[in-house]
Amino acid sequence: MLAYALRRTLLGLITVALVSAMIFFAVEALPGDACTAVLQRDAHGQRLENCRREMGLDRPATARYLDWVGGAIRGDLGASAGSGKAITELVGARLANTLLLAGLSMAVGVPLALLLGVVTALARDRAPDLVLSTVAILAMTIPEFVTATLLIFTFSVWLGWVPGIVLASADAPISTLFPTIWLPVAVLTMVMTAHILRTVRSSMIDVMEGDFVQMARLKGVPAWRVVWRHALPSALLPAINVVALTVAWLLGGVVVVEKVFNYPGLGRFMVDSITERDLPVVQGLALVVASAYVGVNLAADLLALLLDPRLRTARLRA
Amino acid sequence: MKALLRRPSGAIGLVLVAVHVAIAVTAPWIVPHDARAISAALMFSPPDAAHWLGTDHLGRDILTRTMLGGRQALLVTAIATPLAVAWGGMLGMYLGLAGGQRDDVAMRLVDALLSLPWILKMLLMIVTFGAAPQVLVPVLAFFYGVPVIRIARAATQGVVARDYVLAARARGHGRFSIILREVLPNVRDALMVEGAMRWSWMLLAFSSLSFLGFGVAPPTPDWGLMIADSRSFLAIAPWAALAPVAALSSLIIGINLTADALAKALGLDRAHSAPQ
Repeated sequence: MLAYALRRTLLGLITVALVSAMIFFAVEALPGDACTAVLQRDAHGQRLENCRREMGLDRPATARYLDWVGGAIRGDLGASAGSGKAITELVGARLANTLLLAGLSMAVGVPLALLLGVVTALARDRAPDLVLSTVAILAMTIPEFVTATLLIFTFSVWLGWVPGIVLASADAPISTLFPTIWLPVAVLTMVMTAHILRTVRSSMIDVMEGDFVQMARLKGVPAWRVVWRHALPSALLPAINVVALTVAWLLGGVVVVEKVFNYPGLGRFMVDSITERDLPVVQGLALVVASAYVGVNLAADLLALLLDPRLRTARLRA
Repeated sequence: MKALLRRPSGAIGLVLVAVHVAIAVTAPWIVPHDARAISAALMFSPPDAAHWLGTDHLGRDILTRTMLGGRQALLVTAIATPLAVAWGGMLGMYLGLAGGQRDDVAMRLVDALLSLPWILKMLLMIVTFGAAPQVLVPVLAFFYGVPVIRIARAATQGVVARDYVLAARARGHGRFSIILREVLPNVRDALMVEGAMRWSWMLLAFSSLSFLGFGVAPPTPDWGLMIADSRSFLAIAPWAALAPVAALSSLIIGINLTADALAKALGLDRAHSAPQ
């Protein structure tokens, strides 16, 4: 088990190392660099050369890559080409906002998904299941900006309960974000609840047909106890990975939602930096988001290993 | 196909997709108005006999623009999807069959690519190369083929130790021939369902990009762009945003209902998915 855990961790580290190289050299290969972005129309001749020398862009790419990785390990991602501020600082404030958004969505979405997943599994192919499963397909497939538009129309234009967009800067205190955060949270919760619900439903259906559940029933365990104490814990194992992928999505993929609601998080920052061609920021952000993705998935695999005794004795495979 | 139509969700899904494709193909000849005709007098007119779905902030006919608004998205994704499934599927089957070091290295690269959010990859390409269909097709086909590798590889590993594959190996067939004749028929179902899913994710990506202002350029009618344009006028002219919302949603729902029914009819479990 320990060997597997170590191996899995090592694979995660290799993936992060690969991503870092991929990001760095891909961005490198694209036409234009930090200097052409800063100088814009003046980017030619002596000024361009001077700027490149100042920023160290005249050194070979591999040397700069090693510097970049070394800095990233020490927690220094360099400076933004646009504003000159430290990237870790810029990312930090927005990461906190995105974590707030993601945390709230998880806090609402995960329990809701578990509850609805169990309900749909128990009511399999009957009215509550058919209705909820259809709603889940709608929620997970309709683009987020469409859901967002409909929610804004309903709750801020029509009913006037909450503001439609967030008007707060990246370093605003949490209290100013709070009244405006509910619509983005609602959009994200809908998507993630739908995905987790479907996983819980399908594994719950499998588990409920298992021998140990039959056994518990036959020996007269009350129905609710069979569901919540005997069946649900085993049914949750497949859900761990989906929850992990959802967390990764929340940390990196909520660009559209943040953009729609003007929410000052990582996603909006990513779009803005790419349009401004602030390449050092793009590289730093990509590294942070990819590491989060790998880390969360690693944590999920290790957690599954810890919770499922069957995996410990199973043949050790990568 | 019959099993698919027998399920109500499959039948509804297929009809939705078919209607959308039919409208997209015939739209230029059957639309009631000129999609680009601007008229100050008609600004924000609510639905009436002349303009069934009303007009937008420039007085353009919403029905016309909604009927035309899916053409680019459908064209680009309809070409990119088979390309993605083809290259991802072939590579996945090859890796599943070959195994060993090549497989290890390739899968690490796949993991690395998948750990970056789609929008980052797409935006980097678009900012550099533009958002013309001849750019979007290969870019979408490449990035959306990567997850297909995983699916095809996993499905291949399920059949690789079967007797008929061993027999083909013993007969001395080459890898390529084994892939086409022994593996592909067994992996095809999974690839079909995956293809339908990739199609819907691509449409989502395409319209999200248009919505954010990185895709189709105005004044070409496009759903994502129309929703972005009319969002600010939700309070005075909700029809302008709601028509493309309904069109885009019904197409994506149609594809997903079809994929879901297809998966059930083929006995595949595709409940374990995560948002992307």
